[in-house]
Amino acid sequence: MAAIFQGVGAAPALSSLPSNSFDSKNILFSPRRSFSVRKAPSFVVVRSDGTMNLDLNPKGRRAQQFIANAVATKEDSSAASSSSKPGHELLLFEALREGLEEEMERDPRVCVMGEDVGHYGGSYKVTKGLATKFGDLRVLDTPIAENSFTGMGIGAAMTGLRPVVEGMNMGFLLLAFNQISNNCGMLHYTSGGQFTIPIVIRGPGGVGRQLGAEHSQRLESYFQSVPGIQMVACSTPYNAKGLMKAALRSENPVILFEHVLLYNLKERIPDEDYICNLEEAEMVRPGEHVTILTYSRMRYHVMQAAKTLVNKGYDPEVIDIRSLKPFDLYTIGNSVKKTHRVLIVEECMRTGGIGASLTAAITENFHDYLDAPIICLSSQDVPTPYAGRLEEWTVVQPAQIVTAVEQLCQ
Amino acid sequence: MILGRAFEDMCAQMYYRGKMFGFVHLYNGQEAVSTGFIKLLKQQDSVVSTYRDHVHALSKGVPARAVMSELFGKTTGCCRGQGGSMHMFSREHNLLGGFAFIGEGIPVATGAAFTSKYKREVLKEADCDHVTLAFFGDGTCNNGQFFECLNMAALWKLPIVFVVENNLWAIGMSHLRATSDPQIYKKGPAFGMPGIHVDGMDVLKVREVAKDAIGRARRGEGPTLVECETYRFRGHSLADPDELRDPAEKAHYAARDPITALKKYLIENSLASEADLKAIDKKIDEVVEDAVEFADESPVPSQSQLLENVFADPKGFGIGPDGRYRCEDPKFTEGTAHV
Repeated sequence: MAAIFQGVGAAPALSSLPSNSFDSKNILFSPRRSFSVRKAPSFVVVRSDGTMNLDLNPKGRRAQQFIANAVATKEDSSAASSSSKPGHELLLFEALREGLEEEMERDPRVCVMGEDVGHYGGSYKVTKGLATKFGDLRVLDTPIAENSFTGMGIGAAMTGLRPVVEGMNMGFLLLAFNQISNNCGMLHYTSGGQFTIPIVIRGPGGVGRQLGAEHSQRLESYFQSVPGIQMVACSTPYNAKGLMKAALRSENPVILFEHVLLYNLKERIPDEDYICNLEEAEMVRPGEHVTILTYSRMRYHVMQAAKTLVNKGYDPEVIDIRSLKPFDLYTIGNSVKKTHRVLIVEECMRTGGIGASLTAAITENFHDYLDAPIICLSSQDVPTPYAGRLEEWTVVQPAQIVTAVEQLCQ
Repeated sequence: MILGRAFEDMCAQMYYRGKMFGFVHLYNGQEAVSTGFIKLLKQQDSVVSTYRDHVHALSKGVPARAVMSELFGKTTGCCRGQGGSMHMFSREHNLLGGFAFIGEGIPVATGAAFTSKYKREVLKEADCDHVTLAFFGDGTCNNGQFFECLNMAALWKLPIVFVVENNLWAIGMSHLRATSDPQIYKKGPAFGMPGIHVDGMDVLKVREVAKDAIGRARRGEGPTLVECETYRFRGHSLADPDELRDPAEKAHYAARDPITALKKYLIENSLASEADLKAIDKKIDEVVEDAVEFADESPVPSQSQLLENVFADPKGFGIGPDGRYRCEDPKFTEGTAHV
């Protein structure tokens, strides 16, 4: 019954302490003094049987991962543990702002235009403080004329600037559809490659908390057919900053989709400069039984469902596709080849959504590797109702995800 | 102006001979506006036009050969054959298009003017006084983008001149039937900029007004709205039978042909002789003939051109199932890949 007690002087990393030898002294024990470990953040993970793991090496705990909260903190240790600085914690909207600010400092041609981005600091405070720092012309408060100021951004991009156009709510960019479809996507081609349009169009979208139908739109499905643009969706502070920076540095027009409900997510991100590749998907949780493809807010519903699924004995692989156009067929393909079962969970409408395109792409490319038809869970083709419960029923909920996985894995 | 007229006439010929297709909109009759304004610009100034853009391109300095090749859809065209009649672009001459939907070029012009102001005030390029001209028609003046851009240009005092080529007709819709107040120049002061009306059939009058407006913009005093009363001698496009317009109206404006008027002025004021003018005519004919020959002999785009220029950074096509970027697949350079 008395298990080996690994004291302060012991060399290797601590694994699990038996519960009966657990006393308060062990908590005060500081691993950094006795082990020559890099100053990696240490995570305390609570197991269901009550024992605690003081885990020093984030890489080592992947096999027995158990997520304590619904929000997946960034598991990928490549940045966290290899950095020599401790990183800093911030919220998603601050990460976006940091990315934008750093790029604005780095390149004086980067500018922002949109409604209330300047003095007001942005409807979700993504541009707070930037006007004071960079001036009213670089962080331009526009009148309410989406089509025209988006076109203005495009004209500015053609003549040498690198603008960021903010839609106060993504839905407002429906008014800019003319410019986004005709000019943003097409001008590089119709000019025979003479003009580049290094513009970033961004804004909050998605279904929020009872914002009503018009403020709850998912424009990714409407824009996905426009040739010549790239679309990415951020979901964590880490990839928000990374994607923002990559988008600003890209010569292509990029639409960055943010989600209204994710702006207050907190995460510790690296201090040093980094970008997230615009065309790559993100492995959130490797697994063996089923591939779940998702993006933006649905990632969190999926991870919540994953907790339940793990308890039930399933091992889902969760991929945040991040790049909505083009799809990262390599990461997705490798996963399909491993698990042979695909579930897509998205917030788009069922008809003509990102999931519909993804289903087609997977079927075309990886048909032979599938053991079951692809299941695509999307929002109902319904204008988002105001009433809370009705709104809940329009988007995919974790319980539906669990049921779908069970169905797939029969 | 002669180049514009001769070129457009040749376009009509070539169209009916099956050398160019689609929608081709000719500028005959309106040459005074293009010449009057664009000839005052420097190379770094920008011009934004609509689908009726051949002569704007020529005035701005795009070689006739490049424009004709583009119309023939050849790879030597100014846009490599990818744009066509309605999408003339030239980076070298700062011609920012060529837009098919009316009104969608005006915000782009506003953006170019914004860049000019940005360069001067943020990037501290103190001598940057580039001006942008936005050309569009009477039909566009009822479009939201027109008003939105008048507002923004006046608000930020952008170096832009809005040039309305009021030829009284938007395809078959008479300006008077479409507009509550047909005097477009009056709409300028409503937004805080001068609104000027000028006889668009007289190139010297247009030039005087243009000098003022462009000068204003260069000095940083803000935008101007100039309404040029002009007329198109042909139909809206080569597909338009042009049956609606009253022959009396056409005759009235034909009598005010800008080229004839200028020729008369030059001769009456002894600034040129008949022989000089004939020499110009001949020279222009040669230029246009040469342009047609060049375009005829130019190669048609090969399939490898299909997927180029979709993205400035072709990584935008994404990562394929094999882990490589799709643009590295040789089928992309051949143009046979499926995107």
